[in-house]
Amino acid sequence: MANPDKPKAERGVMRWVDDRFPATQMWQEHLSKYYAPKNFNFWYFFGSLALLVLVNQILTGIWLTMSFNPSAEGAFASVEYIMRDVEWGWLIRYMHSTGASAFFVVVYLHMFRGLLYGSYKAPRELVWIFGMAIYLALMAEAFMGYLLPWGQMSYWGAQVIISLFSAIPGIGPDLAQWVRGDYLISGITLNRFFALHVVALPIVILALVVLHIIALHEVGSNNPDGIDIKARKDESGKPLDGIPFHPYYTVKDIVGVAVFLFVFCAVIFYFPEGGGYFLEKPNFEPANPLKTPDHIAPVWYFTPFYAILRAINFSLFGLDAKFLGVVCMGAAIAVLFVLPWLDRSPVRSIRYKGWVSKLMLTLFALSFIVLGVLGVLPPTAARTVLAQLCTVLYFAFFLLMPFYSRWEKTKPVPERVTG
Amino acid sequence: MKKGLLALILALLPTLGFAAGGGAHLQEMTPDLHDRASLQRGMKLFVNYCMGCHSLQYQRFSRAAEDLGMPQDLVEDHLIFAEPLGFNDQMRNAMSAEDGEGWFGAAPPDLTLEARLRGTDWIYSYLLGFYRDPSRPTGVNNQVFPLVAMPNVLEPLQGVQEKVCAASEHPVEGAELDPLTGKYQSCEVLQVTSPGAMEPDEFEGAVYDLTNFLAYAGEPSRLKAEALAPKVLIFIFVFGVIAYLLKREYWRDIH
Repeated sequence: MANPDKPKAERGVMRWVDDRFPATQMWQEHLSKYYAPKNFNFWYFFGSLALLVLVNQILTGIWLTMSFNPSAEGAFASVEYIMRDVEWGWLIRYMHSTGASAFFVVVYLHMFRGLLYGSYKAPRELVWIFGMAIYLALMAEAFMGYLLPWGQMSYWGAQVIISLFSAIPGIGPDLAQWVRGDYLISGITLNRFFALHVVALPIVILALVVLHIIALHEVGSNNPDGIDIKARKDESGKPLDGIPFHPYYTVKDIVGVAVFLFVFCAVIFYFPEGGGYFLEKPNFEPANPLKTPDHIAPVWYFTPFYAILRAINFSLFGLDAKFLGVVCMGAAIAVLFVLPWLDRSPVRSIRYKGWVSKLMLTLFALSFIVLGVLGVLPPTAARTVLAQLCTVLYFAFFLLMPFYSRWEKTKPVPERVTG
Repeated sequence: MKKGLLALILALLPTLGFAAGGGAHLQEMTPDLHDRASLQRGMKLFVNYCMGCHSLQYQRFSRAAEDLGMPQDLVEDHLIFAEPLGFNDQMRNAMSAEDGEGWFGAAPPDLTLEARLRGTDWIYSYLLGFYRDPSRPTGVNNQVFPLVAMPNVLEPLQGVQEKVCAASEHPVEGAELDPLTGKYQSCEVLQVTSPGAMEPDEFEGAVYDLTNFLAYAGEPSRLKAEALAPKVLIFIFVFGVIAYLLKREYWRDIH
């Protein structure tokens, strides 16, 4: 069955391995003979950085698990035990808590890169969809992880989010109770979230990351010009504008890693609370089901969607506002999955799209940031109107895309990449 | 274009800013974790005045002794009062939560993380914010935490403070700054009317020390983190420079 033409080492241990496992073949396919476009820019660092943060989360997570007590009685105290009595526990904990925010920073920038250069367009639809599935799993992972320290914001944040299920007509209340495993958030919820956070979801995320990379390496990387580099090859069949991922992008990504780690470590050592955004102040008080905090805000990376949820404060077609809000919030994420089929532009990269696409992408990015800010703040009448405006802009970017991306005038795409 | 948008966002942001919540103006308190003498005085105040009711249930005596540079025998002789507590124990209090609830209406909260929960400005202003109010069961009220159940346990040091009409150097809620005197004229000003064991300045210093100690207790690893940080960052910087030179060398032939 084995492929006789597959690359193998000449002799030695590697030859022995290659006769039994495609080690050399995999090395070449994914690194030393994986040809990536030579014009990757700043935006292309965030994929490898996401992988770095994933490894950080898994390693620090394993060590936290060794000392964490997943019970309502012991969770909060065990986090303080880690912070004080476990050797280097404070560092492991801060690496994990800061890593959660860092993960979303790099993933959002990575996704924005995809939007900028049309990396979701054919033939990379599956790369994009696997990536979106990772994002979805990551949100579930972060949400469940946030309950584990069992602070006030852990508890009430989970309370608010899980109660969203109860807005679904008919099955809602039963569904919310099924998710909680209790009539309110309790130690039972904490235990199941712990199981999902440390076992189930990491497996799902790792599997999806493998799929994401296999799909990417099957079709090849996009680039800032959105050009298909495989269209032009030299006599030996190597893309003219391609360079082997290893060593060129491995050494380049290591520079990115150093810059990232510098910022990451500065936060860990000097501002682990991230100004109250990475570790929220109310979370320094143990969960108390009898005392609701004055102001409940989800962690910053969820706030754009939370703002969309709150922006829907009116009933429509006999559906109540809360349910409509949940639908809009879900749709805001779901619409990203179908993005490859919304973009009808003949070109991939924003560099060659028309001014309407540029304007819409700018407005989309702005509305996402403004929604994120609004989601942190308590609602006022003016803020709700602004959130509604931004929600409209957010959806307009996607829903009008089939029209503006087809009708606008695009610029001619060069034949070779442009540095 | 990008700069214009950025300017627009920055211009819009203040309009979305937090609406200032109610409550009194908080006085600023910046902890100095390098001032060991202050931290030691703060710990002394804590065990003498606070620990009857409030615990520091995650803070060990031994860890404080190590971090604040106090020998074990001194800590055992002067800072550990209750018999069952030993040097390696956490700073638990003698009063049970049930008794606290029965006597004060609410169990006195654990204070290990108070500085991280409310901030040092709040603790400092709160401890200075008690004033005489005969309508309260404890005889005192608090500017920062109105109707608080806690009595002013530091009164023997501070003396009796009352709300008076006067000019204050500190900002006062609802009072305008008088441009001539540079002070705030208000009838919400707190003034010591019957002196305690300490002068007002001395007392403010004591409250600073106590708050400073609570800032330490909230995050005992802070100084370790700040001591380690430069080493880690310099290492990463050097690593980054070498990585960049390596990258430049590899990419020399790519155009």
